[in-house]
Amino acid sequence: MSRLIVATIGPASSVQDGGRHGAQRYGLTVSGAMDRLALAAANTLVGNEPLAAAVEIGPFGATFAAKDGAVRVAISGAPRNADVAGKPVAMDTSVTLKDGETLTLGFARGGAFTYLAIEGAIKGELVFGSLAVNARAGLGSPYPRPLQAGDEFTVDAASGAPELQIELPKPVSGPIRVVLGPQDDEFDDANKALFLDSEWKISATSDRMGYRLEGPAIKHLHGHNIVSDGTVNGSIQVPGNGSPIALMMDRGTSGGYPKIATVITADVGRLAQTSAGTAFRFKAVTMAEAQDEARKFQQLIRNLPDRLRSSDTVELNVEALADANVAGYAVSAMDAGTWQVTAEP
Amino acid sequence: MAATLPPPRLLPSGDSAVTVEFSRTIDDAANERVLALDKALATTPIDGITESIPTYRSLLVHYDPGKIGFDALCEKLLPIACQPLPPSTKARRWRIPVAYGGEHGIDLEDVAKALNTTPDDIVARHVGGDYRVAMIGFTPGWSYLSGLDKSLHMSRRQSPRLFTPAGTISIGGIQAGIQCLAAPSGWHLLGRTPVRTYQLHRNPTFLTEPGDRVTFFAIDHKTFEEQDRAAEAGEIIAEQVTA
Repeated sequence: MSRLIVATIGPASSVQDGGRHGAQRYGLTVSGAMDRLALAAANTLVGNEPLAAAVEIGPFGATFAAKDGAVRVAISGAPRNADVAGKPVAMDTSVTLKDGETLTLGFARGGAFTYLAIEGAIKGELVFGSLAVNARAGLGSPYPRPLQAGDEFTVDAASGAPELQIELPKPVSGPIRVVLGPQDDEFDDANKALFLDSEWKISATSDRMGYRLEGPAIKHLHGHNIVSDGTVNGSIQVPGNGSPIALMMDRGTSGGYPKIATVITADVGRLAQTSAGTAFRFKAVTMAEAQDEARKFQQLIRNLPDRLRSSDTVELNVEALADANVAGYAVSAMDAGTWQVTAEP
Repeated sequence: MAATLPPPRLLPSGDSAVTVEFSRTIDDAANERVLALDKALATTPIDGITESIPTYRSLLVHYDPGKIGFDALCEKLLPIACQPLPPSTKARRWRIPVAYGGEHGIDLEDVAKALNTTPDDIVARHVGGDYRVAMIGFTPGWSYLSGLDKSLHMSRRQSPRLFTPAGTISIGGIQAGIQCLAAPSGWHLLGRTPVRTYQLHRNPTFLTEPGDRVTFFAIDHKTFEEQDRAAEAGEIIAEQVTA
């Protein structure tokens, strides 16, 4: 066995997987990766199940060191500068850290969450089938809290498999798609239109529980209290002050504010990766379209292994060259949309 | 044969869940229908349903759109949801000890003042109630109870507290509650119970279920400390009444 040591890490980083299902009826939050596609891509690169447990790294930088043997890892999600022992590593590739080597990840350049998957996956004690960290309930494994410097994972020794890159489809751009309801009848047509026609920004106070949206105040028809009922990932509730909150993976399982709309499954990860302050819009789609997109999203995750390529040529990849700052095209760190083109070679 | 019941509203909650809504208010009859549908789906599963979550007035049904579409699911759900209610099975009854007032119930005096009476009278009214677990939600084991004495109905605090301790017994609006973990709350804190409605490494992990009945009884603060230690060690402190 090898060890992967968390040498430095910022806040809002934790172990996450596909989430904890089956006990929402007892108030147990689902949790799990904010961006499932990025989690699945990172895991696929190192031969893991797509929704196996990996490190979800928040917007700040992090460093990881291999000890007692080599460790093979992969990174996907919000792009960052990355290097191993000073040698640049591209996003969406696997890389093996030799014993004693350190992987250094910079700040997210747009987006919020990057996933570090480890060959053989993170091991720990499953609770309701999941290692996902839910800090409020003190759940998750091997650490039931956000990660801290000094934490370590006991992991499989690197297999020596050839390094891979994964070509993800060009990410969908444009509005975040929603299905109206379940309580859209608590809003009149003008306020539903205001919700759909306005520009929104994610507030800096957002977290894994909910993204607060800044924009016009949405008015309720009959006040802001409903008798509490169930919530889903992507529920957009409107509290008394009229500023919507999109409920994310650490949401409470029930809530008492009217929910005007629900983000479609295929777009929850896109919303999760939208940086604070970046303007975006919502768009209502039909149930048929939402379900068609959900099925395509499932298929995309299932078929990720078909997208693996040898990374022999990765250093000629424009993205890798840009990461190394030798390709001559500058990427603005302030351009939060940058992550959307990261998969384009 | 009993007539079928009026149909619930089927409200889309995104592309992978549907809210089956029986009522828009807190209503024990609607809650019975929620629990009956929940039970029917557990007994005779519909392929594609992954999880169902009962609430006061609706059942949230999660499903896999890769296995069943919204329309097909609603077509299957509706007749089951409209079936006459099965004879109610005997509910489990729990007696829950509570240390009222003082540091464990910091709002007891204020509640008494607001209702022009004494703390002892508030406790008497609270322990006099026969409650029903209408739903569990928000955080693990948080049990929302119906059956609060009408004279104790009062609006929630103007500004919620960011921290209320584990085991808090509180009232808010027309509801009473048992809170298991420390959490923010806008309810009025009457006391604390040593009972853990959720404890990870205990069997059972979760104590209460929607449909259970609950009564409270007062214990002194010393007994609380003793029972709290026993509960921490995994003992189930709540008394289950067999009648």
